[in-house]
Amino acid sequence: MMRDGLIVDDPERGVFRVHRSAFTSGEVLALERERIFDRCWLYVGHESEVEAPGDYVRRQVGGRPLFMVRGEDGEVRVFYNTCTHRGALVCRRDRGNGKVFQCFYHAWTFNSRGELIGVPDEEGYPASFDRREFGLRGPPRVGSYRGFVFVSFSDEVPSLEEYLAGAREYLDLVADQAEEGMRVIQGTHRFHMRANWKLLVENTVDGYHVAPLHETYLEFLTTLVGSKSEGSTGTQKSLGNGHSVHMNTISGVGRPVAAWYPFFGEEAKEEIEEIKRRLAAKHGRERARVMCETMRNLLVFPNFLVVDFAGIILRAVWPIRPDYTEVLHWELVPREEQGARLQRRLDNLLTFQGPGGLANPDDIEALESCQAGYAVEALEWNDLSRGMHRQPTPSDEMTLRVFYRQWHARITGAEGPVRLEDFDGAGETA
Amino acid sequence: MSENLRLQVEDFLFREAELLDNWQLDEWLQLFTDDARYVVPATDLPEGDHTKDLCIISDNMLMLRGRVNRLKSRHAHREYPWSRTRRLITNVRVHESGDEVQVRASFAVYRSRDASGRWSQTDCYVGEYHYVLLRRDGTFKIRYRRATLDLEGLHGHGAVSIIL
Repeated sequence: MMRDGLIVDDPERGVFRVHRSAFTSGEVLALERERIFDRCWLYVGHESEVEAPGDYVRRQVGGRPLFMVRGEDGEVRVFYNTCTHRGALVCRRDRGNGKVFQCFYHAWTFNSRGELIGVPDEEGYPASFDRREFGLRGPPRVGSYRGFVFVSFSDEVPSLEEYLAGAREYLDLVADQAEEGMRVIQGTHRFHMRANWKLLVENTVDGYHVAPLHETYLEFLTTLVGSKSEGSTGTQKSLGNGHSVHMNTISGVGRPVAAWYPFFGEEAKEEIEEIKRRLAAKHGRERARVMCETMRNLLVFPNFLVVDFAGIILRAVWPIRPDYTEVLHWELVPREEQGARLQRRLDNLLTFQGPGGLANPDDIEALESCQAGYAVEALEWNDLSRGMHRQPTPSDEMTLRVFYRQWHARITGAEGPVRLEDFDGAGETA
Repeated sequence: MSENLRLQVEDFLFREAELLDNWQLDEWLQLFTDDARYVVPATDLPEGDHTKDLCIISDNMLMLRGRVNRLKSRHAHREYPWSRTRRLITNVRVHESGDEVQVRASFAVYRSRDASGRWSQTDCYVGEYHYVLLRRDGTFKIRYRRATLDLEGLHGHGAVSIIL
């Protein structure tokens, strides 16, 4: 049974709790599917993944099989991956290029605009049969912002731009790092964890765990740099509609755009300085500083994360069961990066990120450990009150509260605006 | 000659597997040249190239030493306590050209660990090794070591926290 109050949110008393059944209940997951995943904008992929006409990628989004394809006319479209005849999957590879998509069951054939262009033995159909009624269908809403393609399974959503709200600025800070635009490179991290999907969403915008959990990664940095990291400065911000960003500057971590550290090698020093100068000339010193020197973990509600840290990872988190979750990572790189410069970026990202990184596996271990702990029903609540009384620091839990307020309002169908901040003016200063 | 080489390579691979299964990681590190690289490509891109594609692991020696240091720490939480691993290596094929020996072999690495105290979880990593070995001092040094997984994703594995 789902209980009435899954969160306790009382800024006056400094109390914020999430009931642990939120992570274990099938009923809660059913509500999340109906009221969150079926009614929000969801990330599908990046336009650069389908560069040429006929290029396609296959995706599972919000429990539905989809594919994204660039038409002969250059337009990027998203289709439900199901034949309009009897339902078989039309696109049966993760990626590729094709002029047409032919269903393997009865050989109905669709072009890259989704039109039905071939039906074997079409004379066998009644006169009323009209090919034009059997084109591939797609989600009611498809939108793109700076190359990031989203869909919504509900018609009743605001425009993608309006939905993204303050998150747009942080997508811009990522996209604008490239001189010639960004592209997603090939290769996907695809893994499952035995924990609720929300735990990884939390974890990605949570700074509190970094020092204790990722001690071995920080030791790696210390060995590399020769001195211990001096801790981090930064903030967290609520960006509207449940989106948030966790921002910080950790001394002793390098960024391909653009902060040098010894991992990159002496030979890269001048090139990285030059990137920084070019960005400052183009975007102004302050914006260039934020781009080059701050780590930004952005959450686009409900489950899309852009982690701009040692490199840029796009992360989608999909629930399968309350205690089982699929995670996907793609890597975004500036198009102009080639050769040694690209290699530096790729190597640096893997120091931290991914199922083989020096940090990510410990996150997964911690989240699976939390999930195992929820078997203790006597302890009902998770506490997320850290920093509720002050301007957020990077190690506070403000981003988590922002997420859960939106989450709770949606699954309970609450009317009216959702509280954006812990108190008036919180998160105003950077 | 070729059969003799294959036997020598097999002895080397079996010795390496023993070091890894026994978590003798410092000794294992000694098997590499200073310019070596250890790669695990992404599961959806088995042909992945570490110079331009996203891989799961792509370690130069600086990173590989960092990985070993981490695994020796009690703060490598995914591997504390260490998993029990068992490597099966078979179908070894060798080809010598110049001073390099190219090696391909099939592997299955079983990893067991009881993380939550509730169940014994065993994950299996299956795939193909590709080594580039150099003859040194009557044995070999590893210049390139690649473990290409046949898996479509790390379903249930959650990570590659051991050395494959």
